[in-house]
Amino acid sequence: MNFDLTQEQTMIRKLMRDFAEGEVAPGADERDRTKRFPKEIFDKMAELNLMGLPFPEEYGGGGADTISFAIAVEELSRVCASTGITYSAHISLGCAPLYLFGTEEQKQKYLVPLCEGKTLGSFGLTEPNAGSDAGGTKTRAVKDGDGWVINGSKCFITNASYAKFLALTAATGNMGNVREITAFIVPTDAPGFRVIDNYVKMGLHSSNTTELILENVRVTDQEILGEIGKGFRQFLITLDGGRIGIGAMAVGIAQGAYELALKYAKERVQFGQSISKFQAIQHKLADMHMQIELARTYVYKAAWLKDQGRKFTKEASICKLYASEVAMNVCNQAVQIHGGWGYMHDYKVERFFRDAKLTEIGEGTSEIQRNIIAREIGC
Amino acid sequence: MNILVCLKQTFDTEERITIENGKINEDGAEFVINPYDEYAVEEAIKLKEQHGGEVTVITIGPERAEQALRTAMAMGADKGVIVDLEDLGDQVDEHTIAQVLAATIREEDLDFDIILCGYMAVDDGSAQVGPRLAELLEIPHISTITKLTVEGDKVSVEKDVEGDVEYIDAKLPILVTAQQGLNDPRYPSLPGIMKAKKKPLTRLELDDLDLDEEEIAAKTEIIETFLPPKKEAGKILTGDLADQAKELVQLLRSEAKVI
Ligand SMILES: Cc1cc2nc3c(=O)[nH]c(=O)nc-3n(C[C@H](O)[C@H](O)[C@H](O)COP(=O)(O)OP(=O)(O)OC[C@H]3O[C@@H](n4cnc5c(N)ncnc54)[C@H](O)[C@@H]3O)c2cc1C
Repeated sequence: MNFDLTQEQTMIRKLMRDFAEGEVAPGADERDRTKRFPKEIFDKMAELNLMGLPFPEEYGGGGADTISFAIAVEELSRVCASTGITYSAHISLGCAPLYLFGTEEQKQKYLVPLCEGKTLGSFGLTEPNAGSDAGGTKTRAVKDGDGWVINGSKCFITNASYAKFLALTAATGNMGNVREITAFIVPTDAPGFRVIDNYVKMGLHSSNTTELILENVRVTDQEILGEIGKGFRQFLITLDGGRIGIGAMAVGIAQGAYELALKYAKERVQFGQSISKFQAIQHKLADMHMQIELARTYVYKAAWLKDQGRKFTKEASICKLYASEVAMNVCNQAVQIHGGWGYMHDYKVERFFRDAKLTEIGEGTSEIQRNIIAREIGC
Repeated sequence: MNILVCLKQTFDTEERITIENGKINEDGAEFVINPYDEYAVEEAIKLKEQHGGEVTVITIGPERAEQALRTAMAMGADKGVIVDLEDLGDQVDEHTIAQVLAATIREEDLDFDIILCGYMAVDDGSAQVGPRLAELLEIPHISTITKLTVEGDKVSVEKDVEGDVEYIDAKLPILVTAQQGLNDPRYPSLPGIMKAKKKPLTRLELDDLDLDEEEIAAKTEIIETFLPPKKEAGKILTGDLADQAKELVQLLRSEAKVI
């Protein structure tokens, strides 16, 4: 057993820390207010070849592992969770399904430009009436001559305004009582395809969350991701990997809020001493630190299992569930330690608090994670 | 062009530093490339990009210092040499380091047109190793440079002199030491990081070098290591200006003990 990062992982952590502090942190508060998407950050990440980090070099990737991916998401989220989720969704929802299920031709055509950062990755699963129950997709693809016609809509889709194409799920028929679901790779400029960037969100203001409307969008057989009827299984596998990303994002948010709270507690003087001398505050900070350490360790464990090629469904759910609840608690306490200033934008922790909430919802709510864990332990 | 960079791994001075048994506590400390040496690495890679050639990075330090060389390799350096002086214990100072560097360059047959160093290391802050090494190698040196241009064998340098700039022309071979402002060190790219481990690294110990231990032994001795005193709140003098001046002089003499 070895708890040390490898040399590469250590260097990636240092790079991502320096990059996050140098390029991402400076405009984060302003972007939160103006809701501007930081395209330039992802262009710079592309120059450093970070946009295909965990994928093989033959597809333009970086050849790094899942632990390094978690480190990258954590470091970005530590200063700006909007940047963290954009990157996490790009890699684990946008690129991963193409890498895992795409044909060689599809990998060359779609995965390579994604890894090179020429376009952002995105994945369309959730619908207005199919969220946790993502298998209940109402979007339909109907065979028409040598192609398919897709009709339907998707909601809350990350990154789609900056994606030239994305994989999305549609029902292609019924197999007995069960819907047959197939994933299609659809160009976002296809006639009849609209991407609407119009949500007013609680947090993650500078991330891109969109609604997709598909009206008679035509695709060919070549745009079927992998095989017909495999869509349901594909997105379950995709979400397993994505949960490591959300877990890492939650750890990063918690770490950022905790560091701010620790610093503030040492500086703020009340009753003639710094508030960090009050045991009530010390215990809060000790708990925050402990929870973050545990959450991070478990994110790494899930990532490590994935890197070993082992089953990691339960661990991915545990890390995502635990880390997201830690992030909410830590941000709540970070605001509390800041008192009234914590409620104000300038002290940043209110942004972290708002951003953290998504980690309990996206890629499977906490309730769904508990369902998965219960199933995995044989309930 | 053959370019050598001498670099040191230091603890990160932005992290919390503690002292235990009269020594800086290394447990849990974060280690980084000495920031001034990072400028030297960046400048070396830029020279290589302009003129071709090879960048060799040299460090003296324990096993963990390999990380600093690998980081320089991730930025673009081609190969590295690490010298472990564990055998010498505390018997190491700037004199020792310069001697060992010179011996390493000889032992490894490292050709050089230019040698770059940071002007000082942020831990010991002596700013001696670069100039000492140049003396041992019998080449000229210019310290604290903020700009470097090499054309053919002509070298033009801007040197920081306490806020003013001195313009100096010189010739290769030369040793220069980097001051802040020389450049903006690049981020290592991901492919750079992934390739760094495969680049050649030579490990040497004192025994591998043709050196007389007594001759290179430290010429200085560390008597005490302590943290700077905590900054106290300032004092604002009030009252008549003439009285204030008198009080100030009095305080500078009796309390601050600087006059
Ligand atoms: C900012 C943001 C970005 C997103 N990005 C993407 C994206 O890129 N791609 C994508 O496809 N989706 C994305 N989503 C959608 C997200 O995955 C869904 O919102 C999430 O899965 C929950 O679905 P829902 O919103 O329909 O809630 P519902 O499924 O309606 O859930 C409502 C409540 O009921 C609970 N519930 C539901 N079923 C059960 C059950 N069986 N047992 C107990 N409780 C249950 C839920 O836990 C929740 O508390 C994003 C969402 C947000 C907010």
